[in-house]
Parts: sequence; structure tokens; C-alpha cells
Amino acid sequence: MPELERHSFDVLVIGAGGAGLRAAIEAREHGMRTAVLCKSLFGKAHTVMAEGGIAAAMGNVNSNDNWQVHFRDTMRGGKFLNNWRMAELHAKEAPDRVWELETYGALFDRTKDGRISQRNFGGHEYPRLAHVGDRTGLELIRSLQQKVVSLQQDDFAETGDYESRLKVFQEFTVTDLVLDDGRVAGAFGYWRESGRFVLFEAPAVVLATGGIGKSFKVTSNSWEYTGDGHALALRAGASLINMEFVQFHPTGMVWPPSVKGILVTESVRGDGGVLRNSEGKRFMFDYIPEVFKDKYADNEAEADRWYADPGQNRRPPELLPRDEVARAINSEVKAGRGSEHGGVFLDVSTRLPAEEIMRRLPSMHHQFKELADVDITAQPMEVGPTCHYVMGGVQVDPDTGASSVPGLFAAGEVSGGMHGSNRLGGNSLSDLLVFGRRAGAGASDYVGGLSARPVCSDEAVAEAERTAVAPFSGADGGGENPYTLHMELQQAMNDLVGIIRRAEEMDQAIKRLEELKRRAATVVVEGHRQFNPGWHLALDLRNMLLVSECVARAALLRTESRGGHTRDDFPGMDAEWRRKLLVCRSAGSSVEVVEEPQVPIRSDLLELFEHSELQKYLTADELEG
Amino acid sequence: MGYQGHFRVWRGSDEGGGLEDFTVEVNEGEVVLDVIHRLQATQTPDLAVRWNCKAGKCGSCSAEINGKPRLLCMTRMSVFAEDETVTVTPMRTFPVIRDLVTDVSYNYQKAREIPAFKPPAGVAPGEYRMQQVDVERSQEFRKCIECFLCNNTCHVIRDHEENKESFAGPRFLMRVAELEMHPLDQADRVQEAQSSHGLGLCNITKCCTEVCPEHIKITDNALIPMKERVADRRYDPIVWLGNKLFRNKS
Ligand SMILES: Cc1cc2nc3c(=O)[nH]c(=O)nc-3n(C[C@H](O)[C@H](O)[C@H](O)COP(=O)(O)OP(=O)(O)OC[C@H]3O[C@@H](n4cnc5c(N)ncnc54)[C@H](O)[C@@H]3O)c2cc1C
Ligand code: SF4
Ligand code: SF4
Ligand code: FES
Repeated sequence: MPELERHSFDVLVIGAGGAGLRAAIEAREHGMRTAVLCKSLFGKAHTVMAEGGIAAAMGNVNSNDNWQVHFRDTMRGGKFLNNWRMAELHAKEAPDRVWELETYGALFDRTKDGRISQRNFGGHEYPRLAHVGDRTGLELIRSLQQKVVSLQQDDFAETGDYESRLKVFQEFTVTDLVLDDGRVAGAFGYWRESGRFVLFEAPAVVLATGGIGKSFKVTSNSWEYTGDGHALALRAGASLINMEFVQFHPTGMVWPPSVKGILVTESVRGDGGVLRNSEGKRFMFDYIPEVFKDKYADNEAEADRWYADPGQNRRPPELLPRDEVARAINSEVKAGRGSEHGGVFLDVSTRLPAEEIMRRLPSMHHQFKELADVDITAQPMEVGPTCHYVMGGVQVDPDTGASSVPGLFAAGEVSGGMHGSNRLGGNSLSDLLVFGRRAGAGASDYVGGLSARPVCSDEAVAEAERTAVAPFSGADGGGENPYTLHMELQQAMNDLVGIIRRAEEMDQAIKRLEELKRRAATVVVEGHRQFNPGWHLALDLRNMLLVSECVARAALLRTESRGGHTRDDFPGMDAEWRRKLLVCRSAGSSVEVVEEPQVPIRSDLLELFEHSELQKYLTADELEG
Repeated sequence: MGYQGHFRVWRGSDEGGGLEDFTVEVNEGEVVLDVIHRLQATQTPDLAVRWNCKAGKCGSCSAEINGKPRLLCMTRMSVFAEDETVTVTPMRTFPVIRDLVTDVSYNYQKAREIPAFKPPAGVAPGEYRMQQVDVERSQEFRKCIECFLCNNTCHVIRDHEENKESFAGPRFLMRVAELEMHPLDQADRVQEAQSSHGLGLCNITKCCTEVCPEHIKITDNALIPMKERVADRRYDPIVWLGNKLFRNKS
């Protein structure tokens, strides 16, 4: 066996998206020797794909906006299941995090008076999303990447080595965390290029690995989204919450088949785009739920007036939170009023002049032109729901990002709680920065307080290595192909634990997952370890199966509908369920899900809401207390 | 709908390799990357290719298709005739790692050599004020997805390994221009563009602009204006002094 490559750092950040880079910057500024590990090239993490914007109550466009309003919108969007402390910190700190990006060199679109411009988005009461056309994620990740480089330049000036304090290891996959007596001691993984194994020794690990969407067939997520961080946390003994809540974005491309699922940004609707069915009807007026009746227009005339005069009119129902819009589209298609390829029509061509569309939505124009031969300045787009975001993730302490495992921290999409049952658009990018920074600081403080460093034992490392090479041996016979298993998993999750759920189907899904797990144990790959996508997938499968099981088991237990969890057999929202979290923990080769009480909302935050609104969500005795 | 397409894909490593022929199913609406993925799933499970977003946003999947530098995920199969052989090779300017994957570390090195944004002293975060017209020039350059196709194409380094040392390539010369045109950046970047980043080696052939998937006018909007600023400095000491004194960066 060739010599194992070893590195030693103070803080290890797994993931180079918005959350990971912000955490790494913070740890480095706290004086920690910091490493960032990522599966793709530096600057290409999933965050790069975010389009619409980053939510922060700066009040640049409407000065009535402030953190309290943002907090309220976030809680409403999440149907009050959010961890209130996270929602509070997020709303308070997001503006500072956005302004800080400007000091890194970010160039957001501007208002007339030279401030950062803000746009409307679903569920946000005021124009709140800072943006750069429809490529905000690119601006965010590039600014953070350039800040990392700038810190490296400082270190070079001081030490003669760019990487003396902050080093990025790109195209590297972590397969296991290494523990020492229940505490984090490091991480084990392989170079994607050479397949060589590496051990990183570090007393603190920040997980910033993003989401899980690759377990679903129709998804806006890329190959990176195999739930690695979720699975690493589970296997290390941490708990996941809210895993039943998966966001299906209402507007993904539906045609041609090879691009099915690719996102169509919500900005299309924020900027005036409307949804129509095959009869040409703006159907969203038929789907305004009771709890939102006073905020959304029930007729086209008022909805159209809102864009110019939001003070006097209610918002168009196309801008309802994503779960509502996704369900509405689903119902229209089921009722036979869908488009030719099983979606509905999203039209901006009759709503804005062509030049304006080109200016505000350049990358959407480009995407449809290049991939679907559709000119969105002249034709409607065909769209349908696509798996987009997982609200569930590692249960963390809101202030520090610490999980229940000493030394293990999490931030960004891989963490849970902030968004409750449904995330508002734009609240992810801000979440990444607010909690990325906090986790970086939390990890640094933790390391600073240690008296002795944990140790990675040889046995633990040997075990991680055995697991990683298992797919080459195929000793158990059977010889399953990882691509086939992955396709079956995606189909099962899409069909059985998708946007509308039923008990029998989820039962079936859990059985299917058990069977897939059994078959995955015999997965076999060809070739050698050098850049071998088949092998990579075989290792990712283990994570996807574990995380899918969390989603399916939690979804089966929650007998109500709320946010990103819709039960055909339990269509109503139940205030009793709002007080409960479903917590997933690893149990042998399986997952155990238990109910735990939700932390009650602090009273001064509750007072931000009208009593009549709270009645829609809280139980009678909570309202009294 | 579907048909059997002819593909030629370069396979090998830094030790050498060659083109291999494949016959593979192609369906309506697909892009070249879909077909590469089908090869992986059905015939060559260890075919190495980089990709991520599959929507032209991350700049991972750069390669050369029938000799033209392109993104695999944004090249539709419908641009080829059904009986046409589609040849896919790795970017030529960067060393091959395996199959379609190249070592692009040159680009990350060059990125590091460009001094970072220098924020205005005394302006607190939140107090930055800039007009849309003034940020638009740099915003165009910030559309860059770092696919490195422009650097791959530029003849200054494509055929001249020896120039890599002194030439940042269009992508990073454009980064210098972006910072130079940033309304609040406090550094002086004009001399360095010439002396440290090799602007003088560019002879404005515009080949980089032609391959940019983001349609950024690299040559016209970034490189030529930078050259003009360099020239102004050289031949007109008054302009140079004016620039220095009044920080008139436009
Ligand atoms: C198309 C699209 C548009 C979106 N638009 C918006 C928007 O407008 N506004 C908004 O707020 N949100 C938006 N979102 C959501 C938002 O982009 C994501 O939730 C967010 O970017 C996630 O960031 P992250 O830092 O948590 O993770 P990511 O950016 O996904 O980064 C994860 C990182 O972890 C690494 N990683 C994962 N597993 C491993 C492993 N095993 N070993 C090593 N490294 C690993 C990856 O390589 C990557 O670097 C959008 C999402 C999509 C898909
Ligand atoms: S214009 Fe300059 S940078 Fe661009 S390809 Fe030609 S020589 Fe290279
Ligand atoms: S400028 Fe264009 S071609 Fe060059 S790296 Fe950026 S996006 Fe690619
Ligand atoms: S895969 Fe992202 S640009 Fe092609």
C-alpha cells in the first residue's frame, strides 16, 4: 500500500460554496491554519448557479424594510417551523454580510442614488434581493474566491508562501470523518484525479457541503449534491432535523428531456412574468391559501397594478411562496390543463419589452435560446416543478454552528432549522454568509479552547480506506452497476417521496431503499482509481441512500402538510405538529427518526406578529402561554 | 427521434493517448455532454470529464469539439448532421490529466498574481455609492465563468509554452481591466498590466472574444482600452500625472 498523504490543519472546511468560503475566511482571520476541501474546481461550487439574488433587509428600495419584517417573512415562509434564533440572526446580520461583499470587490446592480438595488421575490414583503442581473451566485462566489486570494496574497507578502495559512484542496472528495473518542480528529478522502488517499488531521471540521438533490430524478442540482455532508454528520453521530422538507422549485425547464429540471429563476416572476395553463388562464388566482388571502391580489387588475404601486395593491399570486406555486402547477397538469411536455406556461414576453427582458434576465434568455430554441422575448417558456433545495440538515447551535459532536460544525444548505418547512428565495445566499461566518468563528473558538489535540488512530484510517476501495473488489458477487442503482434510486424518490406524498407510497419507498442498500453493498466498478467517475458514484451512492432514507422515514411520520412536505392523505396543517421536530440519527446501517419538541419562540419575537396571524399557526395553549 | 451518432473521443493521460471511435445513441434536444455521459454509463465507465452545472454557468466542461473550443454542456447535438463524426478533445493549451480533463492550474496561478481589489480608505461597508453606468463596464467582465476557453485559444500561449511565465492570458488581463475600471478601486494597475502581466504580448487578434461563451467583448472592451491607457501614460506625461493626482480612473 503506497504511503498515505497527510496534512495537518487547525480548521478543515469541507465545501467551497458560499458557506464554506465564508467560514474559511473567518477561521483564517481568527488566526487558524485553515484548509478548504472541495469536489470540483475552486470557484465552481453549486453556489455559482444561484440566480435571483441575496435577501437582506437593507431598505434601499423601500425604506420600510428592516430586520423585523424580514424575520416575519422568513417565519411565514417556513410556516413557523423555523428555528427562531437562526431566523433572527439571519435577518439581523444579512445586510452586513452583503455590504462586506462590496469590500471584497463585488459589484451589485445599483439604485438611482448609487446604493445596492433590490428586487422583489416570492414571500418577501418588500423588494429585498440584492442582485447582479440573474447571475448573483456567480458574483457571490467570485467575490469570496477573490477575497480568499487576497488573503493568500497578504500571507505571501508576510511568509513567502501563498498557502501558509489558507489552502484550497480542489477536486478532492471526503469519504469519512475520523473521530477520537467521539470528538472530531480529522477527515479522510481521495484526490479525484489520482484516486490517492489523504488524511487531514484537524480538531475542527466545518461541513459546508450543500444539498441532496441528486437523489431525485428531476432536479436543478448538480452531481455534487449527493448529501455527503448530511451523511458524514450522521455517521459521526450528529443528528439531522427537518429532513422531510424538500423544496420543489415551481419552475424548472421541462423540455427537451436532457435539460429537464434545470432552473428557471424566480426573478422571471418577480419582474412580471405570469403563469398560464393550456387554456391561457392565469391560474394562480385559484390557488391563494387562506393564510395568505390578505397579502395577495385576487384579480389580474390589482395584481398588475402592484408592480408600479405596491403600497396600494396586493401582490400577484405568482409570487406566493414556492411550495404553493409548485403544488398549483402540479394540480393544473394533473387536471389536464398542462402544456405539451407536461408543464405550464411562464410568460414574460407579453409583459415586458424585449430590451428590458434582455437586460434583466440575460442568462435566462441565453439558457432558453441555447438549450431549448425558445426566444423568451417572443414566446412563453414551458416550466414545471423541480427538486431544488433541502430545508433539512445538521442540527446546529444557531450562534456557533456547532453540532452535537464536539468539533463538528455545519453551515449553509447542509445545516437545518433556519428555513423551517420551506425556504424563501434569496434566503439561502444570505444564510450561507451569516452562518458560514458564524461557523468559522465557532470552530476557531473551539480549537482555541482545546488543551490537547485529538488523534486519528491507525485503525480508523484503515477502516475508512477499506470502505473506499470496496467497490473494486466486488467480492460479494452480484456485481451491481452504480449507474443503474443511481437511476433506480432517483426514480423511486421522485415517484414515491416527491412533491405529493402518500403513506403507501412512502412505505414502498422505504422497502425499495432497503433493497437498494442491499444491492449497493455488492456494487462493482471497473478500471483503477485514477479519475474514475464510476467509482466516485459508487461511493456517493452510500451517502445518497442514507440521506434518502432520512427523507422517506421522516416524511412518513409527519402526518400533516406543511411547506415542502405535502401529504395527499393529510392535506391540512396541524398546529400540534408545529411543535415537533423529527430528528434523524444513524442506527447501525439504518436510520432512526424520533420526535423531539421544537424550541418555543421567544416572546418578544412573537410580538412582532398580529395575534390573528399567530392563530393560524400556533396551538391554543401556546397562544395563552 | 434518436439515432446512432459517431463520436471520436480523445482518451489517454499525460503519458500519451489517442482518439477512440464510438457509436452511441443521440436523442432529440441533447447536448454533447449528454452523449459523453451516455458513454460513461454504457460503454466507458471511467471516461474522465469535468462538469458541474450543465447549464453554462460554472465553466467546468471546457473542451474542443471538432477543433473548436467550446462548453460541452452548451453545444447542442442539433448543430451537427446525423452522419457527421463529432470529435471531442481536451483543451490543448493545458496539460492533459486524463481523457478530457486538463490541468488548469496555470489559470489559478495567474489569478493570484493580480493584486486584489483595494477598497477605498475611510469608506465604511454600507457606504459604497456607485452609479449603474459606472459599474456596468466591470460587471461585463465579472460575467466571466472562468471556463478558460479564452486562455486556451490565445495563440500567445497556445503555441508558446515559454510565454506562460510572463503572460496572464486574456482572462486575467481582463481581470486587471475590471479592477482598473472599478469605480472605487484604489490601486494603480496600468503600468503593471504591461510590465507584469504581459499586456504587450497581445496583438488584438480577438480570437479570445470569439470563443467566450459569455459573449464578453474581451478584446474591444478590456484589452484595447487597457492598451490605450498604457499608451496614454507613455506618451503623455500630463495625462499620467493627472491620473495620478485626481485618480480619474475613467
Ligand atoms: C439553479 C439554482 C439557483 C439558485 N438560486 C438561488 C438564489 O437566487 N438565491 C438563493 O438564495 N439561493 C439560490 N439557490 C440555492 C443556493 O444556491 C444553494 O442553496 C447554496 O448555494 C448552497 O451553498 P453551500 O455553500 O451550502 O454549498 P455549495 O455551494 O453547494 O457548495 C458545496 C461544496 O461542498 C463540496 N463538497 C460536497 N461534498 C463534498 C465532499 N464529500 N468532499 C469534499 N467537498 C465536498 C462541493 O464540492 C462544494 O464545493 C439556487 C440553487 C440552484 C440549484
Ligand atoms: S486578442 Fe490578445 S488576448 Fe485575445 S486571443 Fe488575441 S492575442 Fe490573445
Ligand atoms: S472571459 Fe469568457 S472565455 Fe474567458 S474564461 Fe471568462 S467566460 Fe471563459
Ligand atoms: S457544466 Fe457548467 S458550464 Fe458546462
